[in-house]
Amino acid sequence: MSTIKMTVNGKAVSVEAEDRTLLVQLLRENLNLTGTHVGCDTSQCGACVVHMDGRAVKSCTVLAGQANGSKVTTIEGISKGDELHPMQSAFRDNHGLQCGYCTPGMIMSAIDIVHRYGGKLDEETVRHELEGNICRCTGYHNIVKSVLDAAGRMKVSQAAE
Amino acid sequence: MGVEGIGASVVRKEDRRFITGKGRYVDDIKLQGMTYAHFVRSPHAHAKVKSIDSSAAMKMPGVVGVLTGQQIVDDKVGNLICGWAITSKDGSPMKMGAWPAMAPETVRFVGQAVAVVIAETKNQAKDAAEAVVVNYEELPAVPDIRAAIKQGAPQLHPEAAGNVIYDWTIGDEGATDAAFKSAANVVSLDITNNRLVPNAMEPRAAIAEYNEAEEHFTLYTTSQNPHVARLVLSAFYNIAPEHKLRVVAPDVGGGFGSKIFIYPEEMVALWASKKVRRPVKWTGDRTEAFLTDAHGRDHVTKAEMAFDKNNKVTGLRVKTYANLGAYMSLFSSSVPTYLYATLLSGQYNIPNIFAEVISVYTNTVPVDAYRGAGRPEASFVVERLMETAARQLKVDPAELRRKNFITSFPHQTPVIMAYDVGDFGASLDAAMKAIDYAGFAGRKEKAKKEGKLRGIGVSCYIEACGIAPSKAVGSLGAGVGLWESAEIRVNPVGTIEVLTGSHSHGQGHETTFCQLIAERLGVPISQVQIVHGDTDKVQFGMGTYGSRSIAVGGTAIVKAMEKVEAKAKKIAAHALEASEGDIVIENGEFKVTGTDKSIALPMVALAAYTAHNLPDGMEPGLKETAFYDPTNFTFPAGAYICEIEVDSGTGKTSFVNFVAADDFGRLINPMIVEGQVHGGLAQGIGQALLEGAVYDSSGQLVTASFMDYTMPRADDLPSFKLNHTTTLCPGNPLGVKGCGEAGAIGASAAVINAITDAIGNNKLEMPATPARVWHAIHG
Repeated sequence: MSTIKMTVNGKAVSVEAEDRTLLVQLLRENLNLTGTHVGCDTSQCGACVVHMDGRAVKSCTVLAGQANGSKVTTIEGISKGDELHPMQSAFRDNHGLQCGYCTPGMIMSAIDIVHRYGGKLDEETVRHELEGNICRCTGYHNIVKSVLDAAGRMKVSQAAE
Repeated sequence: MGVEGIGASVVRKEDRRFITGKGRYVDDIKLQGMTYAHFVRSPHAHAKVKSIDSSAAMKMPGVVGVLTGQQIVDDKVGNLICGWAITSKDGSPMKMGAWPAMAPETVRFVGQAVAVVIAETKNQAKDAAEAVVVNYEELPAVPDIRAAIKQGAPQLHPEAAGNVIYDWTIGDEGATDAAFKSAANVVSLDITNNRLVPNAMEPRAAIAEYNEAEEHFTLYTTSQNPHVARLVLSAFYNIAPEHKLRVVAPDVGGGFGSKIFIYPEEMVALWASKKVRRPVKWTGDRTEAFLTDAHGRDHVTKAEMAFDKNNKVTGLRVKTYANLGAYMSLFSSSVPTYLYATLLSGQYNIPNIFAEVISVYTNTVPVDAYRGAGRPEASFVVERLMETAARQLKVDPAELRRKNFITSFPHQTPVIMAYDVGDFGASLDAAMKAIDYAGFAGRKEKAKKEGKLRGIGVSCYIEACGIAPSKAVGSLGAGVGLWESAEIRVNPVGTIEVLTGSHSHGQGHETTFCQLIAERLGVPISQVQIVHGDTDKVQFGMGTYGSRSIAVGGTAIVKAMEKVEAKAKKIAAHALEASEGDIVIENGEFKVTGTDKSIALPMVALAAYTAHNLPDGMEPGLKETAFYDPTNFTFPAGAYICEIEVDSGTGKTSFVNFVAADDFGRLINPMIVEGQVHGGLAQGIGQALLEGAVYDSSGQLVTASFMDYTMPRADDLPSFKLNHTTTLCPGNPLGVKGCGEAGAIGASAAVINAITDAIGNNKLEMPATPARVWHAIHG
């Protein structure tokens, strides 16, 4: 057992956990942040993507101990109160989700993509960058639309800030 | 159309919880004192279980119990059943082998459970499962259909000689043979319809809780049809009588058919929760999903089509071997028979059809309904034959289809189905226009100059969905009725709850069904709540599969609404001192025609519940129920055309364009309908290019993870161009058909037709991987 300390969605947490505990288990089981999902256990599907120190990671492939001392943001931590993150709004407005299971990971990956590319995103780049996230419902058509739409919105909101 | 009524692309009400991480899936639920289950599964495809030693496992930290197959049999938990009886051509019933929830004696597929460990934590259960020692005696295994039907093949079940479950036929054999004898041309094809793994992104999960004082069970499960689950668990598996079993299917992360069925893990969780007197949770991992979720497709078919000298189809003869796996799953028998062979007429006027279907046991996980369920296989047979015929007869593939289209309705096919309405020419025209079919030859020529092989492929599909008139399916062997129920509760303040037997696991019912209420009663959708997925809240219903929710479930809501309206009009007329016949409903107001007198729905509702001033003899309250049994299937149909380019150096296929023209009747929410089509197309394209479950000769599933089984990813797929044509369904008051499966039914043939057109070789199996395509080009 080890004590793991980190900041999750802006709050300092300290958790006693077995050394083999994965970050996703710690988030779901210990912190009850069940928005982060497990879809495959082999780091293929991306349902478990969270941000660790500002970068998208697959939390099923990170030991909780590796996240010790880091800042973690999950799907529950990206809106400002009732105000949705532009990526969340874009997914809703473009029907970028159906069953909702892959959606948190998609949104977390997509935010990271927009951050990395700034405003310079096109359909081909979005499709290539989303390779690590599997969706079985949407055929990706509306997910791609959502990400491109959000990229525009995030540019505007950054300019406003 | 109001802003929120029928035809409006309203953004989904349910989305907020999903985009903020507040969805509530089974694995998100924790109960007080909950334990965790992990199954001990067979590593062999066929073996005798000689002994199970759990003594070491029992001593491990946190272990609450280890339970085995023999114990579940001793406790008289029933064997799993198949609920659709099929009769062979010799009049004998299908041969159903015994399937206990955990195997006491014999395992017949890799992954079949033999024991379960219950522990305080998931990791402890996993650790202890490793310590359970099972002594197996391996038996020869046969995972492949062709091998399973050979003389001397290993036998799976004593009931099924030669591993044959049934040998079933449909249509007129003599008349069809005669049509072939007098044919001017005959086209024939050998087709393998590849085996697929549904892979909903949420793995299956179950939590069972037993209340000793009440002798009552609660099951939270990943189900598309919680009431059917309760019925089967009660009536056949002896878990508990229905009034002592509550089944809850909360947010469910996709189903695609695989979550229709009641699986061993749910039965074991319930049984174990009573054994250990603690709640028991089981959550499958992805490899367990590959090994134990019902797979789809897996047909081997020989098909022939006869033409007269004018290129009119005169006959279709089909022989299909269907792999049903090691046991008969809940609806498995119906998929390659009544859901497949009844659609072999496609969109065409075919006077003579004969089909024989032989379903076979193999040492693989059971096969059952997967998105489309039989209809993709039928559509693939018909559309590959049409394309092949056009090439053989040297006519344009689109025009050969058009020449043979059914153009007058209703149309009785020789294989049971009576198509009610359609305009197949309109959808083909729309698709051809959208892809600039006329300009293809020029584009092909240009691509050739650039060293690329370009091809175009057409697929005109039809499906029977909105399953189904109960009387009709009952006469064909179904063990259940296939109606739907709805209850509408208008609350005293005028807000509305709609309780539906349909289950939403991605389809957007919480929005679409609200739009039906908004259209008719003028209530904003924010004032309407859709309640589903809980047998304690919702009366018996049949669930969601087979593209039935709007045509059957939606109609049940309309029928309940009619009753609410009738009573509300009486109350309004009484309050306004007018005649009931003069009351009209406009934007949520009950008005007396030709006057300025009106009363709003909330006031009518309040009057109904205060009951101070109701018409004489009227019961208080405003709540109505309807059960709706459809009069026919609905018949969505359409045309898909795709244009692709093949790199002859690598065999890689790239999409140039993919267009769809679908006729789903009236669209309630076009945005949601288009989303359903996108997803279906992705699964159809996945089957054509990427997906395939592979068992090796010993019965090991080689493709048991996302590392090995190729799921379509964002960069494998194009953006789709969708078009709609409309003929309203005459069979229901909404004029709706059903859209959930269309893409998966029609897409794969369009892709394979396009690739074979590009490479000039018609022999190409699915999935058409670059390696297969390269070999088809270069030998």
